[in-house]
Amino acid sequence: MAHIALGNELPGIRGLMEYRPETAAPLNALAEILLRDDNNSLSRGERELIGTYVSYLNDCFFCQNVHGALAGHYLGCDINQIDAIKADFMGAGELSDKMKALLTIAGSVQQGGKAVTSSQISDARSFGATDTEIHDTVLIAASFCMFNRYVDGLGTLAPSDRQFYVNRAPQRAEDGYLILR
Amino acid sequence: MPHIPLESHLPGITGLLEYSKATAQPIRDLTQFLLRGPSSLTEAERELIATVVSHGNECTFCTTAHTAAADLLAGEAITAQKVKENIETAPVSEKMKALLHIAALTRQSGKSVSEEAIARAKSAGATDVEIHDTVLIAALFCLYNRYVDGMGTALPADPAYYGVLAERLVNHGYTRLPQGYEHLKK
Repeated sequence: MAHIALGNELPGIRGLMEYRPETAAPLNALAEILLRDDNNSLSRGERELIGTYVSYLNDCFFCQNVHGALAGHYLGCDINQIDAIKADFMGAGELSDKMKALLTIAGSVQQGGKAVTSSQISDARSFGATDTEIHDTVLIAASFCMFNRYVDGLGTLAPSDRQFYVNRAPQRAEDGYLILR
Repeated sequence: MPHIPLESHLPGITGLLEYSKATAQPIRDLTQFLLRGPSSLTEAERELIATVVSHGNECTFCTTAHTAAADLLAGEAITAQKVKENIETAPVSEKMKALLHIAALTRQSGKSVSEEAIARAKSAGATDVEIHDTVLIAALFCLYNRYVDGMGTALPADPAYYGVLAERLVNHGYTRLPQGYEHLKK
């Protein structure tokens, strides 16, 4: 049971957003622009993967399954492949060197802002990452450090059946984060 | 030195928010509502939550800025300092101690927020909305602190910058200045 009386049975962040629409609006707007905006040289799948990896490091079951299913939907990977990437992205043959460097930066952001090193940044640049891609990687990772804490800090419920998230991903990919149904 | 080129006259968060205005908008909107919107917590109390989290994350820019804002709102500089030193002995209400404790746990991780910490806040009179907003403010500053330090932003060359910033946060709030920030160029 959630730590506060939400007055609804919606899972994870959805229940919080229904409870507090005033904060839901900017939270959803942030997710939409960071993860779905087409004016971005990182694909939606790559950006969802960054969110998935940070949520995995933060051990947030709801977020890593929602966003893992979305990453899988966009990248054409099944849940087992996404799990393998989370556990060892450096060994993931399907990821570019640039994505590995960006995931390394995201992993540092999860630990703390000061953990990001100049050599991690220059590695990413050497594999072709732009300033904007580095910026967006850091901000996506930082945003998931917020989302994960919000979801788990208020003790929200998450369906334990992982197929629930896989089944919902195509509709969420189509609707985006601004249309909630 | 910042990891990407940012306006040198805008240290800390402001240079990032100007670099990426499209992502800045919802972040600013969220902060304006949580820290300045209608609430049974005072603006000073909400700034203390931001201060405690930023201090725990060792984010110098955010800690100094929100300490200055909390001080300005409270009209004294004791409370924020004491809260950073030790929440339990700081001169704040039992409800605020319990909420600041929840914020400190949220900073560690969402899973660290215990039933006991929530029960303590409720028995000290905290409402569900106050608990919700405390967790979300704490989580939001985990975003800010990582954004500011993860991008390697600069600290102000002149400490007086924080005083000017605090006045802006108190008198204007967290929305973008309509005229932008060119006037801050020396």
